[in-house]
Amino acid sequence: MNIEAQTHRSDEAVSNDQPPKGRVELRLYIAGQTPKSVAALKNLRKICDEYMPEKYELKVIDLLKQPQLARGDQIVAVPTVVKNLPVPIRKLIGDLSNTERVLVGLDLHNAE
Amino acid sequence: MAKAKSKKFTNNGDRETIRKAPTGIQGLDEITEGGFPQGRPTLICGSAGCGKTLMAMEFLVRGASEFNEPGVFFAFEESPEELTENVRSLGFDLKELEHQRKLYLEYVHIEPSEMEETGEYDLEGLFIRLGYAIDSIGAKRVVLDTIEMLFGGLSNQALLRAELRRLFRWLKDRGVTAVITGERGDGTLTRQGLEEYVSDCVILLDHRVVDQVSTRRLRIVKYRGTTHGTNEYPFLIDENGIDVLPVTSLRLDHESSNERISTGVAELDSMLEGGVYRGSTVLISGTAGTGKSSLSAHFANASAQTGERCLYLAFEESPSQIRRNMLSIGVDLGKWEKKGLLKFVAARPVLTGLEGHLASIHKQVREFDPSLLIIDPISDLSAVGTERDAKAMMVRLIDFLKTKQITAVLVNLNGGGGSYEETDIGISSIIDTWIYLRDIESGGERNRGLYVLKARGTAHSNQIREFLITRNGIELRPAYIGPEGVLTGSARLTQESKDRAASVAREQEAQRQKRELERRRKALEIQMESLRSELELAAHEERIIHGEETARQGELVADQDAMARSRKVINTGTNGKGKGKQR
Repeated sequence: MNIEAQTHRSDEAVSNDQPPKGRVELRLYIAGQTPKSVAALKNLRKICDEYMPEKYELKVIDLLKQPQLARGDQIVAVPTVVKNLPVPIRKLIGDLSNTERVLVGLDLHNAE
Repeated sequence: MAKAKSKKFTNNGDRETIRKAPTGIQGLDEITEGGFPQGRPTLICGSAGCGKTLMAMEFLVRGASEFNEPGVFFAFEESPEELTENVRSLGFDLKELEHQRKLYLEYVHIEPSEMEETGEYDLEGLFIRLGYAIDSIGAKRVVLDTIEMLFGGLSNQALLRAELRRLFRWLKDRGVTAVITGERGDGTLTRQGLEEYVSDCVILLDHRVVDQVSTRRLRIVKYRGTTHGTNEYPFLIDENGIDVLPVTSLRLDHESSNERISTGVAELDSMLEGGVYRGSTVLISGTAGTGKSSLSAHFANASAQTGERCLYLAFEESPSQIRRNMLSIGVDLGKWEKKGLLKFVAARPVLTGLEGHLASIHKQVREFDPSLLIIDPISDLSAVGTERDAKAMMVRLIDFLKTKQITAVLVNLNGGGGSYEETDIGISSIIDTWIYLRDIESGGERNRGLYVLKARGTAHSNQIREFLITRNGIELRPAYIGPEGVLTGSARLTQESKDRAASVAREQEAQRQKRELERRRKALEIQMESLRSELELAAHEERIIHGEETARQGELVADQDAMARSRKVINTGTNGKGKGKQR
C-alpha cells in the first residue's frame, strides 16, 4: 500500500452534505515505510472510517522527505497523529494498535 | 619542550588519542586541558539553577563565534524566545548568531496532556529534527537541554532508555560534539541515569549554600582518556558568561613591573624606596582606629593626582562618610570623583556571597578599568564565607588583578585578640608589601606607629615611624630613638623638650664658663696693668733716686770742693808731710 503524502477525503462521495460541523483534521507523521508506519495508517483509517466516516480529513507526512515539517507540530515520536481540529489539539503517538486509546485521544467515545 | 607543550594543547600529538573541542569558557579549557571531547557527548549535570543551561549555551556561542563551529541548541525546557532573553544578560546575541546561520535554536516541547500513547513508537521524529537542524547549518556542536524532559512526557521508560542509547550513538556517528544536560537525582548524578549512556566526559555543577551564602562549583567527574583537573573549582556567572577560576592550576606568570607608584605619603615612599610596585598587592593592616582608611585614601589621592583611575570598594562606610572623613584630614576625594578618576562602590559584605563579590569586583574592574583597587576592609569578607573560601577568593582576586597590572590596596582590620602579624583570612603570604599600623601605648596615651613589615623586591626601611593624622593628611615623624627606647607622642615630645632644656643648660654653662674665663683674663690684665704701673713707678723712683744720688754726689763733690777749697787754705800751709804731723 502506498502511504506517501496524500490526502484521503472520506466525504468525497457524499456531495449533498453541508460542510459537516465538528470536522476532524488529522495529520499522520511517519518516518519512512516502517512496519509501525504501515500499521499506524491502517489502524487510523479503520478507526476513522468506522467512527467518523464522513467527517475527517487525513494528511500523511513522511518526515524523511519533509523533515522541516516536524518542528511545527512538535513531533518527537513517530508515528504520531496530530488532531488540530476540533480543539483541543491531541497527539496520538504509536502505531494506533490500542483502539480504545485512539478513541479517547480523538474524543470519539461519545460518537458511538 | 615547547613543542611538547604545544602538542598537549592543540591535541595533534601522536600520544593524544582524544581530540578536544575548546569551550572558550574562561578557565574551563584549562581544567579540561583543551575542552570537551570532540565528536563525543559530554554530560553536564547538576541541581536546578546551577548554570547547566548557561554553560551549554556558552559552549555553543563561543564555538560559533570564536572557533567557527556552528551549533544546534535543542531546548526541552525553554522556548527560544525565553532562552534568547535569558542569555542576553550574558552578552550573547542569539538572534544575530541565528541570522548568521551559526546557531540553530529549536524548542522541543512535549505536552503530556495532549499526548496519548496508542502503541509502539520510537523517537525517530527527534532524530529527524536533529539531523535536519545539523544539516541546515553544518553544525559541529549540539546541545540537548534537558533531554530528561522526555521522561516526563512519555511513559514508556524502557523504550526511552533504548532510544537515548541510540541517540548518543547516533550523535557520535554524526561526529558532532554534543553536550547533554541533566538534572541531578537523588544519590545519582542525573535522575534518569544519563551518566550510564554518556561515558566520555561528565561535569558536575553544584550550587551550595554554606552559612547562608551560595557558591557555585564545578567538578569533572570523569573524562575518559585524558588527564584533567580533579578538584572542585568555584565558578561564577556574570555578564560575560561563565568564569571558572581554577585556583590550584593558576600559573604564576604575570608580568611584573619595575614602575613605582606613590603611596601618597612622601615619607612612606622614601621608606619604600620610592613607593610600591605597580601591579603589586599592598596590605594595610592594623587594629581599630590606627588610620588604615586614611592611609588608603592617600593611595587613592596619589593615584588620582597622576591621572590614573582608582576603584574604592567600601564594605564598612558609605561613600559620603568616607568623603567627609577624608576631607577632614585634607584629602579631597570628592574632587577626583567628579573628574571620574575615583569611583566608590559601597556594599555590605553580606549582600552577596564571596562569588558574588568576586563577580561584582570583576565587573567593576572591567567597566571602570582602574589602575588601583582599594578594598576597605577585606576582613569583613570572612564574615561572608569561611576563612578558607575567603582566602581562595582573595587569591583569585589578586591573581586577576595581577594579570591586569592593577595595584591592589587591601585593608585588613586586626582583631584585638589575635596576633598582630596575621590577617583574618590568612593571605599574608600572597601580599607583596605589608604596611603595618599599630598603637603604641605608653605614658597614658595611644599613639600611631607605622612600619613596613614586608616589601618584596625593596630594601625597605626597618624603622617604626610615628605617624600623625593632621589636617593636612598623614605625616610621618621620625620616632624618637634614644637611651630610653622608642618614644612616641607626648613622651617623645617630653623627651625632646628635656633634651632641648639640657642643651640650653649646656650652652648656658658654656657661656658662663666663657664669661668666667673672660673675667679672669680681664682680672689678670688689670693685675698686669697695675704691676706694670708699679714697675713704672719703681723705675721712676729709681730714676729719681739715681738723680738725687748724682745730685748728692755732685753736691758732695761740690761740698768737698768747697771743703777742699776752704781747707786749701789750711792745706796750703802744711801742703805735704808736714801738714798731717800737725794734727
